[in-house]
Amino acid sequence: MQVPAHVEYDKATSVEHALTLLARYAPEERDLAGGHSLIPMMKLRLAQPDVLIDINGLSDLCYINLTGDQLRIGTLTRHAQLLDSPLVGAHFAILHDAERVIADPIVRNWGTVGGSLCQADPSEDLSAAFAAMKGTMVIRGLDGTREVSAREFHTGPYETVVRPAELLTEIRLPLRPGGGSGYLKVARRAGDWPVGAAGAAVWLAGDVIADVGVGLAAVGADHFVAAEAEDYLRGRSATEENLARAGEIAAASCRPVSDQRGPADYKRHLARELTARALRIAVARARGEDRSRPA
Amino acid sequence: MIRLTLTVNGTEYSRDVEPRLLLIHFLRDDLGLTGSHWGCDTSNCGACVVWLDETPVKSCTVLAVMAAGRRIKTVEGLASGAGLDPVQRAFAQCHGLQCGFCTPGMMLTARWLLDHNPNPTEADVREAISGQICRCTGYENIVRSVLWAAHHAGDA
Repeated sequence: MQVPAHVEYDKATSVEHALTLLARYAPEERDLAGGHSLIPMMKLRLAQPDVLIDINGLSDLCYINLTGDQLRIGTLTRHAQLLDSPLVGAHFAILHDAERVIADPIVRNWGTVGGSLCQADPSEDLSAAFAAMKGTMVIRGLDGTREVSAREFHTGPYETVVRPAELLTEIRLPLRPGGGSGYLKVARRAGDWPVGAAGAAVWLAGDVIADVGVGLAAVGADHFVAAEAEDYLRGRSATEENLARAGEIAAASCRPVSDQRGPADYKRHLARELTARALRIAVARARGEDRSRPA
Repeated sequence: MIRLTLTVNGTEYSRDVEPRLLLIHFLRDDLGLTGSHWGCDTSNCGACVVWLDETPVKSCTVLAVMAAGRRIKTVEGLASGAGLDPVQRAFAQCHGLQCGFCTPGMMLTARWLLDHNPNPTEADVREAISGQICRCTGYENIVRSVLWAAHHAGDA
């Protein structure tokens, strides 16, 4: 039988209230969103906070909207809500691709976007997707709000730049012309973590890749990013040869480790192949050629 | 201890609970509603699925206190005054259960699916229950049951 250790509990009624409570109990507090990462960690004593601050009542952190040229996602948005959003599907196909393969439909009903990001599991899909999309994280504390690039959000496995008594409140994604994106994952079974996964976003100017983002999950890529592959592609044309070459560069630049999900050389193979395939999907979508789900 | 008040299957309950108490244990041990099953404890198997307000969740990964002020529906609340839910009749009709351990969770997910998608394809059904495990591996008849329930939704 797995149960968490003794813990105190308080329920936040507003973002300000949550920040006040977090500050009162820091650093032995954890904010509790869906709890689908935190509660299993508490059962295993990998996390043992003294106090849980339940933020599920903060409905003002639950939204998806387009403001100017930015998509804004409140961090209490449930995975299922992100997957159900036509706005997200129309502009950021990568997020729908990723959400379809994150855990299972029941877990997605209650797990939150912000919770997944703050858990900072090195195999977490949305971290790679938001890195590929070059998103911005909005973090609030009692002293004010700061913005951090999605690529600087994670400082290591299970570690982020969010400090005690701070709350990740919003993710912003730029909506730019000529864009297309996609995400691919290989898992051992339905609902599992990835053996390897890659997300790609491209912004085309004619046939030239004006800008590109490549995110990798579960293969030991720094900050979930394949920066060398991006550098190679930027300014080149979106040919099959160039996309394949980018996959090779991504594979060479990551550092997968062998574990129960697979050997390192297989994960490196996945990094190469999934990067190239995700790029192909992204380019096809940027050209308006492909609206389908990836295979 | 925290005073917890919530509604389960239309009835309001108040109990003093420890914050660390999981919803599945609250339902089974504090309220005696043992229809919901406690399975893998790791949010993989789905035997503990109940509705939290309008959506199915895995109650082994939700603290009871998180349900304060909310509505829970368990398998005990599936049937109405009009009799068994079509999903329950379907599982009986199509041999949708063998040992029965996964059945409460499967039926609650099926009810949710049919409420949102009254005419699901077989693929829709398989996707909907993809987070739930039947230890007897009786998936064929579970899928058949959900499709039967869709076709017989209006039957008395």
